Amino acid sequence: MLEIKCPYCGKRSQNEFAYGGDATVKRPNLGEEVSTKDWDDFVYYRDNPRGKHTEYWHHVSGCRQWFKASRDTATHEIFNTSSLEEEI
Amino acid sequence: MSRAFRTISENNTLDKSKVINFTFNGDSFQGYEGDTLASALIANGVHLVGRSFKYHRPRGFLGVGVEEPNAMVQLHEGDKSEPNIMATEVEITEGLKAKSQNCWPSVKFDIGEVNNILKRFFPAGFYYKTFMWPKSFWMKVYEPIIRKAAGMGVAPIKPDPDRYEHNYEHCDVLVVGSGPSGLASALAAANNGARVILAEDKAHFGGSLLTDNVTIGNKSGKEWADETISYLKSLPNVIVKNRSQVFGYYDHNMTVMFERVSDHIHNPDQYMPRQRLHYIRAAEVIISTGSIERPLSFGNNDRPGIFLASAANEYMKVYGTLVGKKPIIFTNNDSAYKAAIEFHKNNIKSLIIDTRPSSDGELVKEAQSLGLVIKFNSGIADVKGRLKVTSAIVGKFNSDKESYASLEEFECDCICMSGGWTPTVHLSSQAGNKLKFDESLDAFVPNNKRQKETAVGAANGSFTLNQSLAEGFQVGFDLSNSITSNNKNTTVPTSNEASFQPHDKFWCMPLPKGKNPSRFIDFQNDVAVSDIELAFREGFRSIEHVKRYTTLGMAGDQGKTSNLNGLQHVSNIQKKIVPEVGHTTFRPPYTPVTIGTIVGREVGNHFQPSRKTPTHEWHVTNNVVFTNAGLWLRPRYYPRGSETMSDAVNREALNVRKNVGICDVTSLGKIDIKGPDAAELLNRVYTNAWMKLPVGKARYGVMLREDGMVFDDGTTTRLSENHFHMTTTTAQAANVLSHLEFYLQVVWPELKVNVLSTTEQWSGAAIAGPKSRDLMQKLFPKVDFSTENFPFMGLVETEFEGIHAKLYRISFSGELAYEVNVESNHGLFMWNEIMKAGEEFGIQPYGTEALATLRIEMGHVSGPELDGRAVPYDLGLQGMVSQKKDFIGKRSLEKDAFVNPLRQTLVGLVPVDKKTKIPEGAHLVENDKVSLPNPKLGHVSSSCWSVEYNNPFSIGVLKDGKNKIGQQLFAVYPLKDISIPVEVVSSHYVDPKGERVRV
Repeated sequence: MLEIKCPYCGKRSQNEFAYGGDATVKRPNLGEEVSTKDWDDFVYYRDNPRGKHTEYWHHVSGCRQWFKASRDTATHEIFNTSSLEEEI
Repeated sequence: MSRAFRTISENNTLDKSKVINFTFNGDSFQGYEGDTLASALIANGVHLVGRSFKYHRPRGFLGVGVEEPNAMVQLHEGDKSEPNIMATEVEITEGLKAKSQNCWPSVKFDIGEVNNILKRFFPAGFYYKTFMWPKSFWMKVYEPIIRKAAGMGVAPIKPDPDRYEHNYEHCDVLVVGSGPSGLASALAAANNGARVILAEDKAHFGGSLLTDNVTIGNKSGKEWADETISYLKSLPNVIVKNRSQVFGYYDHNMTVMFERVSDHIHNPDQYMPRQRLHYIRAAEVIISTGSIERPLSFGNNDRPGIFLASAANEYMKVYGTLVGKKPIIFTNNDSAYKAAIEFHKNNIKSLIIDTRPSSDGELVKEAQSLGLVIKFNSGIADVKGRLKVTSAIVGKFNSDKESYASLEEFECDCICMSGGWTPTVHLSSQAGNKLKFDESLDAFVPNNKRQKETAVGAANGSFTLNQSLAEGFQVGFDLSNSITSNNKNTTVPTSNEASFQPHDKFWCMPLPKGKNPSRFIDFQNDVAVSDIELAFREGFRSIEHVKRYTTLGMAGDQGKTSNLNGLQHVSNIQKKIVPEVGHTTFRPPYTPVTIGTIVGREVGNHFQPSRKTPTHEWHVTNNVVFTNAGLWLRPRYYPRGSETMSDAVNREALNVRKNVGICDVTSLGKIDIKGPDAAELLNRVYTNAWMKLPVGKARYGVMLREDGMVFDDGTTTRLSENHFHMTTTTAQAANVLSHLEFYLQVVWPELKVNVLSTTEQWSGAAIAGPKSRDLMQKLFPKVDFSTENFPFMGLVETEFEGIHAKLYRISFSGELAYEVNVESNHGLFMWNEIMKAGEEFGIQPYGTEALATLRIEMGHVSGPELDGRAVPYDLGLQGMVSQKKDFIGKRSLEKDAFVNPLRQTLVGLVPVDKKTKIPEGAHLVENDKVSLPNPKLGHVSSSCWSVEYNNPFSIGVLKDGKNKIGQQLFAVYPLKDISIPVEVVSSHYVDPKGERVRV
């Protein structure tokens, strides 16, 4: 079980959190003309890197804040976590 | 009898003033407090314990602790019965009942031993080669027989009556194992101010200090261990646990420990747990788990009476038990001489067989000075004795060690063997440590750390006492100092032990000429040297493949005594060095853990929390049958008298259509949405428009995922300009809240909106039916319920006897309906008042089944239709999709596949005979007679008995459904051989214009 540092609450066990996917994906703006390829990239396509991955987590059984984490997908090492506003 | 195989020395852990009675296979025996089942049986001269897994060969004891592969027993009786327990791990208690397993009719005469005679038909991988024909025999003959023969003990059928607990601990330093290096580490870390947990698997602390004749400082090893433990126990920053096995090392330094709390206590206190699972998150983990002795391979080396030499020594020194009185010590290293010397103290002379040409280690010299006969450059080729070893055929090696120059038979009643030592690297490897092969030890040792695991002592390949202590003290200090910075060093005591010579890497004895007895490597799974050779001949090269083909190391003992020998044999055959072959993966648990411990207190109703509505007790009093909706308990139906479920459901539904019904809707998700951009948020998450919704009005909304699929639906009401009350389905309540939070926090942080779950703040009752208005008027006389003043989708806030009430005019049943919401603590009171007032209108409660009937008849979609595969068009909801604004998932709706007119869309289905109910999940096909695969046109999602028309009715999705109204198809359910001719109708079966809700 991972130990994750919520930027607001501190270190907690993984079972308080929910995983939220790749944090480098940016949703196209509302009302913007989006090509089928760009939209499909946004909805369906994700990189599956071995190694460093920037991702969203939700402190769902805690403060209910979404935040970013940088995690190694092979070793599960979490390098750091940050609030959404901060650069990770 | 019980004294027959006891040592002269009383310096052991037994309390001989406390005699304990127990039975084994129905025979009564006596042991002492401190005995394990194994030591007590051996003391009574019992060596035949069980039968092996595959060949049903007679088996006794090999080891003394967790490494034991053979002596597995069934403990206790009835619902406390437990299979596959290592007799070496059980401390005897008064009245303990144990028996052999995997044998019938008895352990001495076991019919299954026929497998041993037919051995050549059961080689490695036999299950891939035999039982293949005739094909029809598999299900009827082979499979039932194999099932009956498989497994070892018998699992109890009834629920486990014992109590188990979970515990969470944090510490600076966890020390696993209390041998010399573990004690040294714990002592150094504790003195330096770290919070320490010291875990020992056995009942007694000290590890090898309990069995080796060593001195530390001016004390014996055992005295030093006892003093160190008492000192550690006195410190406030140390937790010391015995009978506690750390069996798993997971990510982020999470370790898991299994504590046997009361297994060793006769009649424990009522509320004492039997076992406990500790989740320990330690900053640093020191692995001082020691090492396990390796067996030697020779003909019939699995016979009862053949022990590991270290086990024989520990039985004498710790348990005051003699494994025999005419021993042969068989070794390729010095350590086994300890057993010979200990036997000598009991006036028993051993014959020593040593595979090495010579050794001048101190233990060897001591044995020689005691006058013991040592046969160097020799090995045991085979043994005699089926139920217990009676003699050994000993041979002098030829110079190539591949055959014997001469053979000679020696009588014995036990053989104590040693093939060298394997560091216990399991936890290190589980932590992700990349092991390296140590040539001199001929074994793997920890190397590159991945987490915070640090091995010390024998577990790190350091086998001398000096090394172990030095390492332990150093590592304990260093790791604790990185946390506490106290710089308090502990002086390393001097120590003294006999020097020893390196072991001979020769462990697999040649066969005697012209004979072919089995030389076992893995005792528990009956894997012999010949099986590994067979696997090689059949082309298996990878160690992982050899393991799975031969089942080497795959038994309950996880190959603790067999993995390395098996690996070395593979290397020998392949003429490779061991590191090239590699090792198989070490996985948790290190030792078997009871299911009860893993489950803990989460049994029965405690498996998950039950969410109860404020009116729960009323439902119970009124004979409700509940259904689980997520964690919620929701009323399903309320049977009266001898009613069946369908009687009750039809009555409840019909009463809503004719009079008025009341339904508990508290479990619907409720989200309070507030802020200047609240309407804008709704506009973005729902498919329809929200900016112009007037205050005091509700609107039905549909939410999509970004991929265009319908995610959830519900009504949301504008309470004031910037304040909305959203409802969601019961199932998606939590997901919708997370969804809103994601978009508000991550995607559109510029929106000024707060969202909060209020599901549990409001108790909701739906009041539905043509008489609902009259009932509401009676309850709330001050409110004008005319359609002009309180239209469909309207909200009125009022009071009922001083209680704030929100009244919504919304309907899921399709009838004129209202929803009364009051704060939860008034929910039961309000419900009772509604029931009282409703009596004259014929009010009846209705549950989720009647609710389903009502909404299916109306063609309202719910969970079975919102299955994550439907876009709004499929469900007839395209009218809900705004063309004027953008929202979550809108761009996906333009995708070719989602605008295809042949998509499956919502339709109604009526059986042609108007009698046969259509099973949910049935497939819709044009022709039920064609050969498979029959093209599927759609499926049935929800079915009910239409109380309006008195015939079955279903809804489902159908390819090009709009153009198939009036056609006849078949609803087929091949699993049950069902085919029902059905007519396609509109999904709006009752009140297609939706007039009733607006009256």
